[in-house]
Amino acid sequence: MLKDEDRIFKNLYNDLGWDINSAINRGDWKKTSDIISKGKDWIIKEVKASELRGRGGAGFPAGVKLSFAPKEVGSKPHYLVINADESEPGTCKDRDILRFEPQKLIEGCLITSYAVSAHTCYIYIRGEYFREGQRLQESINQAYEKNFIGKNACGSGWDLDIFIHYGAGAYICGEETALLESLEGKKGLPRLKPPFPALVGLYGCPTIVNNVETIAVIPTILSKGAKWFASLGRPKNTGTKIFCISGDVNNPCNVEEEMGIPLKDLIEKHAGGVIGGWDNLQAVLPGGSSMPLIPKSICETVTMDFDSLAKVNSALGTAGVIVINKNQDIIRCIARLARFYKHESCGQCTPCREGCGWMWRMLERMADGESTYKEIDLLHDVTKQIEGHTICAFGEGAAWPVQGLIRHFRKEIEKRSHDEPLIKKKSTIPYLIDQHFLEKDNA
Amino acid sequence: MSIKKISKIQPELFEFNKENLKKAEIEITKYPKEKKASAVIALLYLVQSQNNNWIPLEGIKYVSKILGMPYIKVYEVSTFYSMFNLSPVGKYFVQVCTTTPCMLRGAKKITEVCKKYISQNQNELSENKFCSWTEVECLGACVNAPMMQINQDYFEDLNESKTKEIIQSLLNDKFPEPGSARNRKNNAPEDGKTTLLEI
Repeated sequence: MLKDEDRIFKNLYNDLGWDINSAINRGDWKKTSDIISKGKDWIIKEVKASELRGRGGAGFPAGVKLSFAPKEVGSKPHYLVINADESEPGTCKDRDILRFEPQKLIEGCLITSYAVSAHTCYIYIRGEYFREGQRLQESINQAYEKNFIGKNACGSGWDLDIFIHYGAGAYICGEETALLESLEGKKGLPRLKPPFPALVGLYGCPTIVNNVETIAVIPTILSKGAKWFASLGRPKNTGTKIFCISGDVNNPCNVEEEMGIPLKDLIEKHAGGVIGGWDNLQAVLPGGSSMPLIPKSICETVTMDFDSLAKVNSALGTAGVIVINKNQDIIRCIARLARFYKHESCGQCTPCREGCGWMWRMLERMADGESTYKEIDLLHDVTKQIEGHTICAFGEGAAWPVQGLIRHFRKEIEKRSHDEPLIKKKSTIPYLIDQHFLEKDNA
Repeated sequence: MSIKKISKIQPELFEFNKENLKKAEIEITKYPKEKKASAVIALLYLVQSQNNNWIPLEGIKYVSKILGMPYIKVYEVSTFYSMFNLSPVGKYFVQVCTTTPCMLRGAKKITEVCKKYISQNQNELSENKFCSWTEVECLGACVNAPMMQINQDYFEDLNESKTKEIIQSLLNDKFPEPGSARNRKNNAPEDGKTTLLEI
């Protein structure tokens, strides 16, 4: 288990106070001006060496992302945008950083802004986190008072302004280009990539978009050294991560742990075990709702990092672990997720807009036991039609949990399905005809 | 995409009061001068807060005038985002999260309580017009499930009896204390911390 001294977010449960003075006592803002004086290239090199991967879901190497920003500022200003639009079901880690460790985020903003030559930083918070936004604004004001940000921030000679921008309840705005659209005052419809935001982003200017957790760990990495961070976890999956364990466990909680911790340890040690005991476990969604579920047999041995979860056809995503025990109807659970995606699809690409509704309706029918055997393959086909045929990764996010269900719980669906009554008797009748026309009573 | 119903009863005029006008000006200064449109969400929030928690069409027109945007652009923003109400909701607007993590821990019981004590259907005012409720998608407090949001505050770790208490005090025009219904400390494990013990 990770030692307490190696944990980055020491105030995760607000035992020590969130205000700036308590944060300074914990060691925030101590080495900021030293770090900045070492220069942009050093910062980016060090973040690269730490092998930090983005904590927002995709796991893109953070140092590489920072290096995409143009070296010289041209006619257009650079921007740094922090993605605090945390809406992935099962994930509530950024909320705790905003509430209890805001200074880590603000310090990270300053260092990263300097590294990508940005003088303005926007923090995009989901609208529902109104209180968290207030807390962050207060923290930003405190940092301005101490001259940690603003003109000549921290005595580094760099000017930085941080603004909070609220979203208004759209899951899709967690996608980086949709977030930029929303920030420009439009509907949150994702943009085609390329051009990537690093070159053409907010207002057409070079923009680096990063998750809250990614930015908040950067100051600690730079002050303790990339080697320290890289020594935790496994190669290419380094460091610590906040895991959110929710669902059917005795003690749902947020906990910061080393990458590569066994899933079983996470559930048994930190979350108080599955309700009804480990044997009562049915499945786990290991990375928020968008990732395929894994059944109990895989949960026994799998470790929580990007690469080992990818090996079992799932992904770490945002590390929101949703535990489902055997008292739950697994088809109903995934059907509810499909409803979530139906509700949140922005409607720009047809496969996603229409397909998400189809998936939801078919899954509801399956849960009710009204589906036929053939429909299982049809549903799988629908997920394949959505996946990879949309502008953003939302399509994949909607399709994967359903694919995971079919992959591991096909038997469960088959148990409730039945034969196609019409096709079995008269296979010449095209099945797209409304059934009631073919029934004798209605003829 | 959520379905938005636009109220048939609309006020004839909408203008910011002095306080909100000042707030709006501050919001606009956050963005570059020629990019005023960025403030549209912030301004729509102000309209919503001034107009009893919903946005009238006149409010949309007013915002479009301030920001120099076409009316349709503001209209489409206000219909796209689910937090903007285009028809009246209660003074206390109860939003119950029912997405899978909350559903696993019994969000259905919470909605049943809302049905029983507020109104049979979603988005309907309670009898004394104080309250209305709706189901929403994930509110991002999954380890505190089941939970609901009332106006701007989160009510977490709910059960049936606590929800009933909360709703009854709303119906009596009293705003209850937000936070965990079981007095749990934030997101820590309830049976005692497993980490950060030495601090």
